Amino acid sequence: MATITEQPPAKVGAQVGRSMHRLEAREKVTGRAEYTHVMRVPGMLHTKLFRSTVAHGKIKSVDTSEAKKVPGVLHVVTIDDIRKVIPDPYYGPAFHDQPILADGKVRFVGEPVAAVIALDPHVAEQAVQLIEAEYEEMPAVFDEMEAQTSDVYVHDELRPAGTFADLKHLSGRKNTNTALDYLLRAGDADKAMAQAAHVFEHEFKTQKVLHLSFEPFASIADYKDTAVTIHTASQSPSFVRTEIARLLGWPENKVRVKVPYLGSGYGSKLYIKLEALALALSMIARQPVKVALTMEEMFYQITKHPCTFRIKSGVDKDGKIIARKCEVYWNGGAYADIGPRVTQKSGFTAAGPYEIENVAIDSFANYTNVTPAGALRGFGIPQLVWAYESHTDMIARELKIDPVAFRRKNILRNGRPHATGTIIKDAEIEKVLDAVTERMNWSAPFDNGSGPIKRGRGLGIAMKAVISPTTSVAMINMAADGSCILYCGTVDMGQGSDTTMAQMVGDVLNIPAEKVQVVQRDTDVTPYDMGTLGSRSLFHMGNAVKLAAEDVKAKIEQLRRDLGEPEGSNLPVAALFVKKYGMQAGNIIGTGTYKPDYVPPAPGTGLTPNATPFWMVSGAGAEVEVDTETGHVKVVKLVNVVDCGTPINPRIVETQISGGALMQLGFTMFEKMHIDGGQVTNASLADYKIPGFHDVPEMENFAVEAFQSNGPFGAKGVGEVSTFCVSPAIANAIDDAVGVRITELPLNPETVFRALRAKAGQPLEDE
Amino acid sequence: MTAARTIQFTLNGAPVTADVKPHHNLVEMLQGQFNLTGARETCGQGLCGCCTVVVDGRAVSGCLTLATFVEGTEVRTVEGLDTPERLDPVQEAFIETAAFQCGYCTPGFIMMVGQLLDEYPDPDEDRIKHYLAGNLCRCATYPQVLEAVRLAARKRKEAAA
Repeated sequence: MATITEQPPAKVGAQVGRSMHRLEAREKVTGRAEYTHVMRVPGMLHTKLFRSTVAHGKIKSVDTSEAKKVPGVLHVVTIDDIRKVIPDPYYGPAFHDQPILADGKVRFVGEPVAAVIALDPHVAEQAVQLIEAEYEEMPAVFDEMEAQTSDVYVHDELRPAGTFADLKHLSGRKNTNTALDYLLRAGDADKAMAQAAHVFEHEFKTQKVLHLSFEPFASIADYKDTAVTIHTASQSPSFVRTEIARLLGWPENKVRVKVPYLGSGYGSKLYIKLEALALALSMIARQPVKVALTMEEMFYQITKHPCTFRIKSGVDKDGKIIARKCEVYWNGGAYADIGPRVTQKSGFTAAGPYEIENVAIDSFANYTNVTPAGALRGFGIPQLVWAYESHTDMIARELKIDPVAFRRKNILRNGRPHATGTIIKDAEIEKVLDAVTERMNWSAPFDNGSGPIKRGRGLGIAMKAVISPTTSVAMINMAADGSCILYCGTVDMGQGSDTTMAQMVGDVLNIPAEKVQVVQRDTDVTPYDMGTLGSRSLFHMGNAVKLAAEDVKAKIEQLRRDLGEPEGSNLPVAALFVKKYGMQAGNIIGTGTYKPDYVPPAPGTGLTPNATPFWMVSGAGAEVEVDTETGHVKVVKLVNVVDCGTPINPRIVETQISGGALMQLGFTMFEKMHIDGGQVTNASLADYKIPGFHDVPEMENFAVEAFQSNGPFGAKGVGEVSTFCVSPAIANAIDDAVGVRITELPLNPETVFRALRAKAGQPLEDE
Repeated sequence: MTAARTIQFTLNGAPVTADVKPHHNLVEMLQGQFNLTGARETCGQGLCGCCTVVVDGRAVSGCLTLATFVEGTEVRTVEGLDTPERLDPVQEAFIETAAFQCGYCTPGFIMMVGQLLDEYPDPDEDRIKHYLAGNLCRCATYPQVLEAVRLAARKRKEAAA
């Protein structure tokens, strides 16, 4: 019979650095792990949504009469019904711009207009087919550049939520599609550009792609007159509670948000998604109501931001970049979601991991008439790196400097100022570059091939600042037998947070991490956390968890002293409890709250001496084979290197690095939402391909030796970093192989073939 | 909506009956009537493999198999693999190689790997990729799954020896 494990037995001490198995491993491999999409609660009703077929239009009428006649249908709901239970039915993290169902107007194809509540989901679906809506179609705007100047306005008036200080000035603004304009001004970019020996200017674009978490969106609301419980597949239970309480006008303690494991998120399940709708429907039905989407419907919920990036650099005669100007236009879709954060938080690192004295950055979040865009594994950074690392390579080629040498000349080093003015610390950019070049064997001669298959190699480096300032709170309850329960709101969506948090608790309290129970997220029980996003959790929640564990430890020592134990006594904790209470009784409760220091950027310049508590750093190298007869690109080798500080669980770190890189490989090579007149024409897994087994290249994944001095045990987040550099590394490799430069993703065979034909002076006709 | 009818089949070794309507698929029946949620409907088109279950020894897409079709068959799901004492060697291998992240697609992979190893106890890399081409993992834990399959093959051999 097979033996259960190769893992070293659970041991005391040194929990950090162990590649222990995930705490929830057994539940996941036996199919018993809990997920919202497959959850049922007693008395639960089902919902199907009727969605808009036009991109922009006034709703003239919604006829629900036939749908209501279907046996088994309990309610057919429009915004008018919702307003009776929630008078101001608008929600959103940055702007209160999104109605629970379309309100007088539709703003994208697929926007929910009506909801059918029924006992059976098939009945609800049948009834949805009988709803008829009439629209007065309006001109629509789809492109982020068009939205900048168009007189088609997606919203009549801007409605910032008030959560973020830098959005307040936009309140009530009319005749614009720009939901946030962010700028940074360091030095004098125009003046320096005029003095530069060489000036380079390029424009890059990224396409619309989406997360496609395999557990589709799902929320169940169970509304009672005195309290509401929401079971939801959410990355931010605390935020859901706050927003639901706001919609109800209730105190937060009457709203309970429970989140089991997530069938992944990647940023899609952030802030608030289906929860407000589920709440409203449960209020109307006075029963628990589940809203669960299909794969197709995910194409109408949230996507990544397409973007257009104009980048201009001035380089002196020695190959030093002295000026850079960046204009970034983000396609935010019909509702802002967290787009304005993407605009700002990614905006300020748009100039890349280089020391450039004169920088000007303008970043615009624009509303358009397509599915809303939000965070996707990098908060905009992969789009920026795609542009600036392609641009960097193009400059090096033009100047005939080795791309590694050119980067090394300009690289941002610890102790030097970033464009914001913040002095760089604990960011091992050069070490990452070194590791990429070593693993690519960069100094060895490279054979580009001679037949129809040409070979090439390329690389890229990048940095990201973690979102700030944010707060995490953790609590540990030690029982009288010395076992511990950890209460933390970080959502384990596959990144292994439950396990790594338990490892940190175990390390401080000198117990095996397997002995730490991690409570499933439940806002009645787990304390506040800003959200599981932007690679912030390991650092922020990790710090809070470590503080809570240290608090427990200090209280144990205090108990020892109170009981008159001699100095150095090693009486076990359980015996201390018995001595104190006369039996196995009592608890020790430790708490920890963490909020890092931060200085907001100065208005008008974007400068700050403390932009972020930590920098994420990564690099990638790619070797490709390009078939010059078909345009087909085969990625032969992919090297992914990160600085994540101390790896708490090296095996989990490795799976995060390789998983992130492979996801980005899909976004780089073939994934694209095709949109025709606002209509998504490939909204299914049959037509929208994602990476499978046959797409996996040979890979090397590596974390450089590094220490984040303010991180728990020297650690920082690693969920997103490996996505950053994959796209430019491959585009740079294609250029190296066949001398064509692709400036728009994806790098599919048609695009490459068109570029090859154009280069040969025989361009193909447009479609 | 049409009336339900009662079907009989064997589920994870036990004889069972279920009331199903003509439009119900296997996943809905397993979840709704047996509370087995290991097979999950994700793409609804038989392309992602999250709903893989074994019917009469063949791995099928539960989302494309009508529930009435399993009348008189032997159905095995991921929940039928382990006992309180021990996991299936494939499940063990997935844990030991960290071959999953969010875990949503994992039961489907495990069922398909079981079928692969039943047919080819010692598969090469091409065979593994061929069999698992219809199982997608959005967390892209593919390199680790490859390790898991190899380890599971070794474990099965050891168990048989």
